Amino acid sequence: MADKIHVQSNINGYDVDFLCESRQSLLEVLRDVLNLTGSKEGCNDGNCGACTVTMDGRIVESCCILGVEAEGKEIITIEGVASADSLHPVQQAFLEEAALQCGICTPGFIVSAKNLLEREPDADEERIRFWLAGNLCRCTGYDKIVRAVLKAGEVMRKG
Amino acid sequence: MATVTGQEVVDPGEYKIIGTRPVRHDGVDKVTGRAKYGADVQLAGMLHGKILRSPHAHAKILSIDTSKAVALPGVKAIVTSADFPILKDQSLDFGETQGNIRMLAENILANQKVLYKGHAILAIAATDQHIAEEALDLVDVKYEQLTPIFDVKEAMSKDAPVLHENLTTIFRVDRFGKGEDTGVKGNVAGLIQFKRGDLDEGFSKSDIVVEREFTTQTVHQGYIEPHTSTGQWSQDGHLTIWTSTQGSFVIRGATAAILGIPESMVKVIPMEIGGGFGGKTITYLDPLVAILSRKTGRPVKITMTRKEVFEGTGPTSGTYMRCKMGATKDGKITAGELYLAYEAGAFPGSPVGGGAMSGFGPYKIDNLQVDGYDVVVNKQKTAAYRAPGQPQAAFAVEPVIDELAEKLGMDPMDFRIINSVHEGDRAPSGVPHLKWGCEEVEQAMRDHPHYNEKLDGPNRGRGVAVGYRLNAGGSGSSATINVNSNGTINLITGSVDIGGTRTAVAMQAAEVLGISIDDVNPTVVDTDAVGWTGATGGSRIAFDTGRAAILASYQVITEMSERAALLWDVDPSDIVFEDGIFVSNKNTEDTMSFKELASKLMGTGGPVTCSSSDTQGGVGAQLAGHIVDVEVDPETGKVDLLKYTTFIDAGKAAHPSYVEGQMQGGALQGIGWALNEEYFFTEDGTMANASFLDYRMPTSLDLPMIDTVIIEVPNARHPFGLRGVGETVLIPPMAAIANAIHDAIGVRMDRLPMSPGAILEALRDNK
Ligand code: FES
Ligand code: FES
Repeated sequence: MADKIHVQSNINGYDVDFLCESRQSLLEVLRDVLNLTGSKEGCNDGNCGACTVTMDGRIVESCCILGVEAEGKEIITIEGVASADSLHPVQQAFLEEAALQCGICTPGFIVSAKNLLEREPDADEERIRFWLAGNLCRCTGYDKIVRAVLKAGEVMRKG
Repeated sequence: MATVTGQEVVDPGEYKIIGTRPVRHDGVDKVTGRAKYGADVQLAGMLHGKILRSPHAHAKILSIDTSKAVALPGVKAIVTSADFPILKDQSLDFGETQGNIRMLAENILANQKVLYKGHAILAIAATDQHIAEEALDLVDVKYEQLTPIFDVKEAMSKDAPVLHENLTTIFRVDRFGKGEDTGVKGNVAGLIQFKRGDLDEGFSKSDIVVEREFTTQTVHQGYIEPHTSTGQWSQDGHLTIWTSTQGSFVIRGATAAILGIPESMVKVIPMEIGGGFGGKTITYLDPLVAILSRKTGRPVKITMTRKEVFEGTGPTSGTYMRCKMGATKDGKITAGELYLAYEAGAFPGSPVGGGAMSGFGPYKIDNLQVDGYDVVVNKQKTAAYRAPGQPQAAFAVEPVIDELAEKLGMDPMDFRIINSVHEGDRAPSGVPHLKWGCEEVEQAMRDHPHYNEKLDGPNRGRGVAVGYRLNAGGSGSSATINVNSNGTINLITGSVDIGGTRTAVAMQAAEVLGISIDDVNPTVVDTDAVGWTGATGGSRIAFDTGRAAILASYQVITEMSERAALLWDVDPSDIVFEDGIFVSNKNTEDTMSFKELASKLMGTGGPVTCSSSDTQGGVGAQLAGHIVDVEVDPETGKVDLLKYTTFIDAGKAAHPSYVEGQMQGGALQGIGWALNEEYFFTEDGTMANASFLDYRMPTSLDLPMIDTVIIEVPNARHPFGLRGVGETVLIPPMAAIANAIHDAIGVRMDRLPMSPGAILEALRDNK
């Protein structure tokens, strides 16, 4: 059996040590080693976005990153988006706009959309559609997702 | 006044909760990543399984040698079809009553023969998934290859290679009837036929006749969550299954039957589900994890890869279809003939019956014949996909309607309205309609600004199509309500929530009980914890499980009225419940809100807990219609969507946001099916595009906003007038887009997908 490697990382604001095999993806480590199952696996080859997390502030598909690459990095997963007492505006907008049906794509969309709005809180429909094109949703037709992100942007602009 | 009296529809416009848009109860868990889906199950000592699949589309299995795989450190157990008691000694025999369940078992693990590329052969459990995967490479299977057959028309021909030696054609005139065995052997498993009037006479009365052929390809539901299941077989014989399914009781029954154990020994825990669209109503993994767990004494989880989802689960049928219709000069349809040949995949059971019921559904036709053939081919066994079989049939009928209107010089919506179907008219299957919104939807489309505004620019066009579906329901729903002392209720059902139904059902209970939606805590529980409940499918949950919740709510009112009577020392029949308040007829000063009375239950006889079940059915006939504007690039053949509006008769929209969501999601799937989705098979039956990259589903960038118009013609069989809304939405899109393409560039597309290559070819042929 493959040897395990010791990795030190910061996940959702906490310093985390874990052991993983060199062949394990970051998604596998998050889900199976750290029990952070909020990031979902839809394809395991970078084409659905359900596993989206941020790594040092950039969105990545965690299925396409190795667990060992998290060494020394800051990772934010869906579990790290809300604060203890309130939801992030993107999460709140998803609820109010009914932007989820089955919800399996939702963690990836929220992590992606939050990252966009932190850079460009005034992103318009076209920009949002472009940014989210790496996240597949089969249930909603994207309409309500786009509206939710527009609404969250408005809230974030007001501060 | 929000009083609900028995089964009557009372003032559909005057509800307190029905028709509002509350935040769904499971929402916070789903936006924070806390909601637990099937693949999220983690159990101590859990093993991981992987499945070996056939590299051939049609072959005999000569031998399986697993000795090297077993020897790999970390491998714990292997399951083959020899472990299924139901398959042990016999291969598939269609004559027996257990045929269906054995067929299901043979699809889960091949027995003697593999029938499509991707057909599962065995599963291996190991300490982690990578080891299980390595072990698959060490299995040696010897095959004798047989000639495969992929094309539905070829499979129907006399000298075609045969998939199942004992398969004979069953003839039916009723979709769910037993039918009669014709004794004719081959690949045609079934013929369903609807006939009415005299076809020749009908066509002889017509001034114009249009006849066209159509083909469509295999497409997948495309749910983002792959199938997954975890099983734990306990030493006491109890089996627990954590799974992603639309129907926990259906999985319980099928798993128990395949394993040859009583249902009562199986507990199925339905996890949150990441989409299904019909594709998660059958079992693939549950019996495998069960046997692997029995062999190892440890919990075993199998999660499919995306490639396995495409290659090893049930998409919907590719088809060959012909439609011929005739009409008089003044726009009256006189006759219609529809021929449908649907690929079932490796085992019988295509959704051709659905197509046969649906195709001519939106039109009053006195002379018609529909023939639907169910044909086995060496492809994945098809499974239900949202309005099964109906989108294909609409793709054959609606372009013919459009062409008839064009040739008659009539507006296509006016033409539809002339031939609209009303209360008392009969559906193609012969059943008379109750009141439904066929013409109402058509009128709304014709009068809508989108239909009437100008569309300028070259290569732009507008198309319309409608789709009909009869939602049956009635497979059974149970609901339990426990009243809490603070006046809230726990509402317990067994209906897997695939798109907001917890809340849609909770709203109905809240409406009856006169409490706020936040005072309802709806929970979906396992098969040990609630009465039998059929699958989430057939657009039935808001309706059927809603009715069960309403019936349980009535019981709660009855019981609580008795408690109020006790407190006020009057007869229970003197208690009236109105607008959430219990009032005594004897002394109108005696009033108590639901909440107040709830706090007095312990002193008046103990907790109130009421259960109810419902099998009435009657989710109802329904029309949906789509208007779409496209722009076609004649250089590349690419079709862009400019504007999209969808219409549906929802009866009454319980939660309009989630009705709209169904409409928009249905449009998305239809747009994908119309423009680029297909199983791209190579000559040996390999799906060449078995990834999300290559099986390209619509992204946010491909679509415009999708506008929605909800029409409400109340359904007499539901207290609030609901109809199911999940499926009809997928019937019109392909035809609407085909009609729009014709409007844009003057060619009639007769095959799906209408990909750039197909458009260019059609343009060339048209010149
Ligand atoms: S699971 Fe990573 S992109 Fe699909
Ligand atoms: S809500 Fe189901 S995939 Fe997006």
